[in-house]
Amino acid sequence: MSRGFVEATTIGFARALTRAMLSEETARKRGLLQSLDVRVRLVGLLSLVLAVTLSRKISVVGALFAVAILLAVLSRVNLFMLAKRVWLIVLGFTGVIAIPALFTTPGRIIVSNGTIAITEQGLRTASLLVLRVETAVTFTTLLILCTPWTHVLKALRALRLPKEAITMLAMTYRYVFLLVDTAGQMLESRRSRTVGVLTGPEQRQMTARTAGVLLSKSVALSNDVYLAMESRGFRGDVQILSNFRMTMWDYLGLLLFLLAAALAVWMGR
Amino acid sequence: MHIPDGYLSPSTCATLYVGAAAGWYSALRRLKRALFTRVIPLISVFAAFSFVVMMFNLPLPGGTTGHALGVTIAAIVLGPSGAILALSIAIAIQALFFGDGGISTLGANCFNMAIVGALVAYGSYRLIAARATLTSKRRVVAAVVAGYLAVNASALLASIEFGIQPMLFRDAAGTPLYAPYPLSIAIPAMMIGHLTFAGMAEAVISAGLVAYLQVADPGLLRGTSGLQGDATGVTLRPASASLQRLWVAIAVLMLLTPLGILAAGTAWGEWSPAELASAAHAVRTSDASSVVPAGLEKLSNLWTAPFPAYAPSFVRSRGFGYLLSAMFGVGLLLIISLLARLVLERRRHTEGMS
Repeated sequence: MSRGFVEATTIGFARALTRAMLSEETARKRGLLQSLDVRVRLVGLLSLVLAVTLSRKISVVGALFAVAILLAVLSRVNLFMLAKRVWLIVLGFTGVIAIPALFTTPGRIIVSNGTIAITEQGLRTASLLVLRVETAVTFTTLLILCTPWTHVLKALRALRLPKEAITMLAMTYRYVFLLVDTAGQMLESRRSRTVGVLTGPEQRQMTARTAGVLLSKSVALSNDVYLAMESRGFRGDVQILSNFRMTMWDYLGLLLFLLAAALAVWMGR
Repeated sequence: MHIPDGYLSPSTCATLYVGAAAGWYSALRRLKRALFTRVIPLISVFAAFSFVVMMFNLPLPGGTTGHALGVTIAAIVLGPSGAILALSIAIAIQALFFGDGGISTLGANCFNMAIVGALVAYGSYRLIAARATLTSKRRVVAAVVAGYLAVNASALLASIEFGIQPMLFRDAAGTPLYAPYPLSIAIPAMMIGHLTFAGMAEAVISAGLVAYLQVADPGLLRGTSGLQGDATGVTLRPASASLQRLWVAIAVLMLLTPLGILAAGTAWGEWSPAELASAAHAVRTSDASSVVPAGLEKLSNLWTAPFPAYAPSFVRSRGFGYLLSAMFGVGLLLIISLLARLVLERRRHTEGMS
């Protein structure tokens, strides 16, 4: 059988699990971002993402990228891992999208070979796009890497997100891992029982059936969870523990984050 | 199709967050009228299922592979409100915990894929499947069409969002500040991949799942089948089809229309012949395009809009003119849709009589 698509799917599953585990590991380290209250981290990094999208100058977005690298170093995030898993992937994806803009954007020609020409505006828009995406994704990744997911959820509650939405996000996150594991095992067992080469339609049928079994299992699981919640007295009212305490250090951190974001927006306007 | 941070301007992101919030609010309100304690675990587990389905590497005809979105099967099993919330949560988990898709663009991604995707999938599935039996082949065909249309509608919306960026957001030198390609490039570039591989992936997985459920668990298809009885109690049908929230959302969007005045200059590519010939425009674009094409000069007077530049001539205030134009436009669309409904109802009535 053609094992390519089964292997690609199981590798994708394994990668998602590894990424989540790596995030938990980095979140336990002692670093700058980890030392701040989780609400400060969330508001601060999101305000920097907003500043990145609001800034209209390459120099300002470049300066924000430098801030992101500094934050990564001070938070003991592995820069090599960041380069390999974030910067290179973003460069590959957004770079490919941005390259044609060098030639298609009308404006002042800076390089030309007679048939095609690179314009100043094209160069600026392509650079701005790539740098903007790199910087915003780095800030988001820092938030994910330096904060356990349970804390992100609690911080979202502090930002007045409805309790029902937080509960669903939390439950989904838990069941993603269970279903990824189940789907991985199903594909592995199917593969181990298959001899010979499957045709295209057979491969599609196998994938659809795996997804179908997973769907039936998911609905059965949700019934079990519902009954378990009911039996524990759940009546639709969600309670979330929120025991965060802001210190002077957190207030200082929040002030610095907001000042940096405001300065970037003002200078990059 | 997950738009990362940086591709869309903050105002586009904010507008789409408002649109997505209206969809989330409406879906949540409708589901709260159903058995809400049942909703939370069901939506959560289904969101996790959609997340996993998006990771499946699906073999496609032609030897390539693709990823499905999972919105169609969610709409078929849960109905539109459940699908909107389940997909939105899956997309939010991807952005918040796995870094896939932006945070500033989360509203846009949810609007495109979860809200529009779910509504298109549900609408087309119901239209084609009609009242066919649960095991009918027509349901499989309906799932194919629904999956294909849902993914392509979402992709088309995303490409329009990309394409309007260089029209609206440029610096003084004409440099596009966000996604750099106009609609003429963004739409074909985005749609080619979706009309072929991505649309096909969603169609294949949706059809495969419906065919599987017809054999293994047909009860899951009953909720949105339009047939009597609900074998599973899974589908989260709204208690009433109140359109109140939609009206509020439309009213808010109409009130926001004067925001267009804040944009400097004319929308890119929508210049009048006079603006096209102006010296300022010649600086912004290449010199070759500063000459007004003869065809444009000739055709520019062919049609005069009733509300030129979104403000009728008798209105002094530009903001009020925008608002009036929005009311006129929405009113016109409502009249057309009411007329269409009247014609369709009359035809159905005549068919029923015969």
